[in-house]
Amino acid sequence: MQCQICNNKDATIHLTEITDGVRSEMHICEQCAAEQGIAIKSHIPINELLSSLLAVQPTDDELADPSERQAACPTCGFTLDQFRKEGVLGCPNDYEVFAKSLQPLIEKAHNGRIAHCGKLPSRTPADAKKQIELLDLRRQLEEAVQNEDYELAAKLRDKISESDK
Amino acid sequence: MKLTDISGDINEWFSGSGPLSDIVVSSRIRLARNLAGHKFLSRCSNAEKSEILAKLKEVLMSLDLGDKVYYISIDKAPALSKNFLVERHLISRHHAFGKGPRGVVMAQREFFTAMINEEDHLRIQVLKAGCQLAQCAKQINEIDDMIEQKVDYAFSPRLGYLTACPTNVGTGIRVSVMLHLPALKMTGQIEKFFNAARDMSLAIRGLFGEGTEAASDLYQLSNQVTLGVSEPQIVSQFEQSIIPEIIEYENAARSRLLSSEPHVLDDKISRAMALLQNAHLISSQEALFLLSHLRLGVNMHRHMGASTPAIKRLCTLCGAGEGKGEHPGLSIATINRLFMLTLPAHLQLNHGEALDPTHRDALRAQIIRSALNQDLPQ
Repeated sequence: MQCQICNNKDATIHLTEITDGVRSEMHICEQCAAEQGIAIKSHIPINELLSSLLAVQPTDDELADPSERQAACPTCGFTLDQFRKEGVLGCPNDYEVFAKSLQPLIEKAHNGRIAHCGKLPSRTPADAKKQIELLDLRRQLEEAVQNEDYELAAKLRDKISESDK
Repeated sequence: MKLTDISGDINEWFSGSGPLSDIVVSSRIRLARNLAGHKFLSRCSNAEKSEILAKLKEVLMSLDLGDKVYYISIDKAPALSKNFLVERHLISRHHAFGKGPRGVVMAQREFFTAMINEEDHLRIQVLKAGCQLAQCAKQINEIDDMIEQKVDYAFSPRLGYLTACPTNVGTGIRVSVMLHLPALKMTGQIEKFFNAARDMSLAIRGLFGEGTEAASDLYQLSNQVTLGVSEPQIVSQFEQSIIPEIIEYENAARSRLLSSEPHVLDDKISRAMALLQNAHLISSQEALFLLSHLRLGVNMHRHMGASTPAIKRLCTLCGAGEGKGEHPGLSIATINRLFMLTLPAHLQLNHGEALDPTHRDALRAQIIRSALNQDLPQ
């Protein structure tokens, strides 16, 4: 397709404008775009990308599992709403708790890929169950310290250091 | 180690050496990792962050890297030191000005740094001069293996290494190259390069300057997809197709400048020389912009045999006794040294005290003048 302004170079920029419900299209080359003062946004910062991806996430009704929308992660208390605001997850277990809601986001961020391919830990890592148990023990420990139940805290600390070996 | 031990010179990976370094200034690979059994940092109390920091610091300090290893506490460091580490690419801005207990472990020669408690519990990186991604990959993989002998990483067979942000999940790898692309910029083709990069799911950002309009014409190009592609696949995509293609475009733009617009090229180089050799006040942005043109001129002479009048004059300059031997005259190392040593935090750290912008501009101009006027006939 040729540029509509210079009728010479290839049109690489395609603008769609909707004014008062009327749609108009323009196909122009980069040079003419620059001359017209049309700036091309060339870089999308990662947080902007993330929020734009999140914005197109399914609504409550469309969610395969609407319960995830209200759910809080049992190990860290994190919710999807918090993820929306902060852009980072609360704990490794969130990937399981919110698997269905995260899937479209992960797919979009990684060009449609959804499964790991690459390095595996050189030695067998603690299995998922043990990892979640540890997270749970640490949460209980924090609560015990907050409640000034130091006897329970000491017991939990011992348990943690034993299973974290 | 004091920061002033390293602030007086450039680091190895910014020395202008290494394969294809006329365009690929340096290579970097970083891995994002988290400890199993701990929450991600956004949900961690300071006590848990301290626990993670202590554990990882101990492991990292015991690594055999073939170099001295140092630890710097970032939460306790003064702002000037933090800015210096950011300018040096040893830590991210996010790490410098984040919250809570955090630190960095670094090799003295600066080829390796590990940020503890940045966005993830651990972010390790290896940096090398020129195009050396395969070497970076090998070394960082070995270091990662050594760390993994001592800690359990959060890992899922389905999603790989689990990271705080799902955009890093999988390999947790960020492969990047620092590219000097002045000719693409001068010939108005840099936007085309941005678009091509975006089409290939690559991230691009300007370095040593504000925003993507890098005053220095230095750009960092990195992968964004970390899931479903293996580490060697990503590295080989960079080495086999992405980097050769960019080098070809930049070289074609350089040839075109030389053959069809030598006056434009000479004008840029001559103006850069005149300003840098004579200015008494120069901002960081202006210095980066002008030094980029000198870098282009010297590299065009070295790699393409260009000898326009301005390039000839440029190459008779002698910076700080450098560039003797095969290529007498101004060396890339000297230009890169001026690049880095005149950045605001470097200037102030080497001067020994904080300086207001005007004094910085004066000191910067003085350093550049004296380096570029050394062997000129009086």
